[in-house]
Amino acid sequence: MSSKNLDTLYRQVIMDHYKNPRNKGVLEDDSLTINMNNPTCGDRIQLTLKLEDGIVADAKFEGEGCSISMSSASMMTQAIKGKNIEEALKLSKVFSDMMLGKEYDEDDLDLGDIEALQGVSQFPARIKCATLAWKAMEKGVSTKEEQE
Amino acid sequence: MNAREIRQMFPILDQEVNGNPLVYLDSAATSQKPVPVIEAIDKYYREYNSNVHRGVHTLGTRATDGYEGAREKVRKFINAKSTEEVIFTRGTTTSINTVAASYGRANLSEGDEIVISYMEHHSNIIPWQQVAKQTGATLKYLPLQEDGTISLEDVRTTVTADTKIVSIMQVSNVLGVMNPIKEIAKIAHENGAIMVVDGAQSAPHMKIDVQDLDCDFLAFSGHKMCGPTGIGVLYGKKMHLEKMEPVEFGGEMIDFVGLYESTWKELPWKFEGGTPIIAGAIGLGAAIDFLEQIGLDEIEAYEHKLAAYAMEKMSTIDGMTIYGPKEASKRAGLVTFNIDDVHPHDVATVLDAEGIAVRAGHHCAQPLMKWLKVSATARASFYLYNTEEDIDKLVSGLVKTKEYFSDVF
Repeated sequence: MSSKNLDTLYRQVIMDHYKNPRNKGVLEDDSLTINMNNPTCGDRIQLTLKLEDGIVADAKFEGEGCSISMSSASMMTQAIKGKNIEEALKLSKVFSDMMLGKEYDEDDLDLGDIEALQGVSQFPARIKCATLAWKAMEKGVSTKEEQE
Repeated sequence: MNAREIRQMFPILDQEVNGNPLVYLDSAATSQKPVPVIEAIDKYYREYNSNVHRGVHTLGTRATDGYEGAREKVRKFINAKSTEEVIFTRGTTTSINTVAASYGRANLSEGDEIVISYMEHHSNIIPWQQVAKQTGATLKYLPLQEDGTISLEDVRTTVTADTKIVSIMQVSNVLGVMNPIKEIAKIAHENGAIMVVDGAQSAPHMKIDVQDLDCDFLAFSGHKMCGPTGIGVLYGKKMHLEKMEPVEFGGEMIDFVGLYESTWKELPWKFEGGTPIIAGAIGLGAAIDFLEQIGLDEIEAYEHKLAAYAMEKMSTIDGMTIYGPKEASKRAGLVTFNIDDVHPHDVATVLDAEGIAVRAGHHCAQPLMKWLKVSATARASFYLYNTEEDIDKLVSGLVKTKEYFSDVF
């Protein structure tokens, strides 16, 4: 039956992040703002990051989109908070590999809730939903790195 | 019309998707192709593939006959006065861009107006945004009524003596609204403007008579009307096309080439630079034969019936929002909707697991999404091979979707 398949996509923890998004909102002050959208479907995210001494001190997101894109944004902000830029980018790489169904190198990274998104790799049409927030984060920290 | 028999002619529909029989409800994005179209393209490549308009050899003549024969089929299909008025393009987008880039740039200047509507597809918005920027003309939007229709009163107040171009879709790919093109064209002409019609969603589903509509240009695509991708049509009145400059230059479209100056072929070939889409045109010709054999009036009536049935069944689902007019008589064969707070992507994924293909997203109509105050919607669109059974499956799929997400909301 097909719903079994669906359960690998819509895991409970994903729906929890969708329903109760963590770090929803906009950071004020001199935070970094990244706007990104998925032009094929209209999903939209605004990510604000506060970087201090090469560390993601705070992260918040606003946006509209499906359960996958919004839960992924929620998990991403949760995961990168307190990490340094290098670690954040490494997480992003691990996430990208996970989406592509590749073997990924966890090392000593704590993936936490993010692993729940693993099932997305079996739904190719939805991978872009899951990676939107991560792409925004990558764009944000790399512009910051260039400035420094 | 017997949809069950017609369905047999579409081999792609006879398959399982995710363990369920395929229910294809995304024909407004692209239609499926019947055997005669697939065979016409196959035959061309197997038996008489050759370049057109130049070969002295036999295959060249056969290819030219096939290509030009398809043009005559299109002429008859839309009742154009002559094949000089029928230009083959890559699709609706290219057709509208050709009008904007050629007619638009030559005839617009500061103070002039282009009038489109809030329901337009991006293909009938952006070419006009661009030409407005290039010429200093102003782009104006026709407002929509509460139910998404266009009122002729609004057309009369929006179109002024400064309006040079009015460009409107005949059928909305989101709202299913059928616009009164003939009446809008009349108002445009009374103000000295030309009427451009985006026929992408109408040509596959209803009889179009360009002389009766009195439109100046009509654009449509082959792939939404049982033909292949990569072929489309630009119809234009000869009096305009004659004065217009080509947009693409190169092979095929020339009369004489000098070192510093060249002249163009006569109509319609001056707008067809490069080796044309020969197999595509032949496939489109076969699609027109196929549709005309069934009858466009028959197809339109059948799709109205399907739309009415879908509206009736879908509106019984609790939490269902259907966009566009409520009366089935005002609608073409598609239903755009949202269900509860479930995002349309999630709706489409659950339906896909049931083998049901619908579209989810902004449908290339972001200004309309803004007007509807939604970021995305789901859409089920019907064609001559769909049946009431398909709609029943959609409805039960939607009920399942609701149940699936019910513990979340």
